[in-house]
Amino acid sequence: MRAQFVMSEIGIGLRRNLTMTIAVVVSVALSLALAGAALLLRDQVSTMKGYWDGKIEVSVYFCNKTDANQGSVNKNCAAGAATQNQIDSVQAQLEKTGLIEKIYTETPAQALSEYTKQDPNNPLLASLTPDSMEYSLRIKLKDPQQYQIITGMVGGQPGVMKVEDQSQVLKPLFNLLNGAQVVALVVMGIMLAVTLLLIVNTVRVSAFSRKRETGIMRLVGASNYYVQMPFIAEAAFAAVVGAILASGMLAVGKYLLIDRFLRNQIQLINFIGWGPVFQVMPLMLVLGVGMSSIAAFLTLRKYLRV
Amino acid sequence: MIRFDNVSKTYPKQNRPALDNVSLEIEKGEFVFLVGSSGSGKSTFLRLILREERPSIGEVHVLGKDLAKLSNWKVPQMRRQLGTVFQDFRLLPNKTVGQNVAFALEVIGKPRSVIGKVVPEVLELVGLAGKQDRMPGELSGGEQQRVAIARAFVNRPMLLIADEPTGNLDPQNSVGIMKLLDRINRTGTTVLMATHDQAIVDQMRKRVIELDQGHLVRDQSRGVYGYQH
Repeated sequence: MRAQFVMSEIGIGLRRNLTMTIAVVVSVALSLALAGAALLLRDQVSTMKGYWDGKIEVSVYFCNKTDANQGSVNKNCAAGAATQNQIDSVQAQLEKTGLIEKIYTETPAQALSEYTKQDPNNPLLASLTPDSMEYSLRIKLKDPQQYQIITGMVGGQPGVMKVEDQSQVLKPLFNLLNGAQVVALVVMGIMLAVTLLLIVNTVRVSAFSRKRETGIMRLVGASNYYVQMPFIAEAAFAAVVGAILASGMLAVGKYLLIDRFLRNQIQLINFIGWGPVFQVMPLMLVLGVGMSSIAAFLTLRKYLRV
Repeated sequence: MIRFDNVSKTYPKQNRPALDNVSLEIEKGEFVFLVGSSGSGKSTFLRLILREERPSIGEVHVLGKDLAKLSNWKVPQMRRQLGTVFQDFRLLPNKTVGQNVAFALEVIGKPRSVIGKVVPEVLELVGLAGKQDRMPGELSGGEQQRVAIARAFVNRPMLLIADEPTGNLDPQNSVGIMKLLDRINRTGTTVLMATHDQAIVDQMRKRVIELDQGHLVRDQSRGVYGYQH
């Protein structure tokens, strides 16, 4: 293999087809960047899930004395404050399910002191007594996904005011991220199809514009490898440039969107670091080069018969 | 060198075969003219030898090999032992004379040192010494055909196939090309030349094979173009 000769042939091919080459580079870059973004979104979702899942708790609040006066709001509480029997019965039922990792109990007095600790300057504090706070069970589940079973089981029991699942608060956010991932994947799919068509067409034009060369190559007995190599290498080269551009786009995107913007806006959430970004980059390179080389190879089988 | 055994070739969607039951043999070192009017089957005959086409019926042997049994990936190896020249020269216009000849060696992976040595040699043989750095467009038709012959011969093939090599040239240049082909033939290379050029065939007095509507109608040693049997 005369490397220098092949390189110069590739250079000639790329220059002759410059506009098409640029189109291929740009569309490879865009589709790879979208693929990379979809992968990073997946990483982001799992990072967040890990962060929140550890803290998810189901809280069961029991009726207090004040709730009895608001019987119309919550029928369960019409009878007044929950009795210790009712509380014990609920706790016993929960423990029997085997789904619970641990139950913390919080008495109204503890609740009040916790509340006072969190917000000592609240003017409401003066009017609050332990009677206005609820007795509650804070539940840590073995499998956080099973909170619905708990909700269904104890939700209607006498003395139970309400069951609250902390993960409800996050659901819309997860839905948004999952949706974004699906959108990125769909757009990537379309871009990928467009890119493949573009590569096929570029190789075809390139093969056509070099018909004379390839014709001579065949006549003098150049092997298929020699005849096809420059075309495949051209496509692969365009893909490498595209992948480098896509890597740059991802890095800039991650820096501007996450590091400069979102991290300041939403401090509650764990964002992905640079690790996943650097992991995605070689993946994009392999995907891009593999995809375009195979597309070029298959095109040549059709248009460059040896 | 070349043997056709009852070869017929029918192209798809055509009633009449392009070649019809042709059998002949060409020995090593021969100089053979292939004559016949347009559509007589000359091109098909040459394409079968180059294995650009396969026969519908019969066997084609080239350089001792049955082409039907030659697997696709071995075809390039076989073609390296053939040289081919065309009426339209088929040079690369953006490469110099030297690069055009070197191209044939580069694409079969010959090392640079070999190329640097044999390209000037073959250019001298075809009478183009010193014109290595010219572009094909700067040369006359006769000179361009010499470049094409140099490219075909640089690999020292056993067989040189020339398809109307003088078709685009004036009589004077044609004579020059024929002298060159004759000289190549004297080095031991078999030359098979398809032509319409009556004067050349008459003058050279070599073996003449004539095709007419796909049939072999004449095979005559030391023949002339217009011979009627």
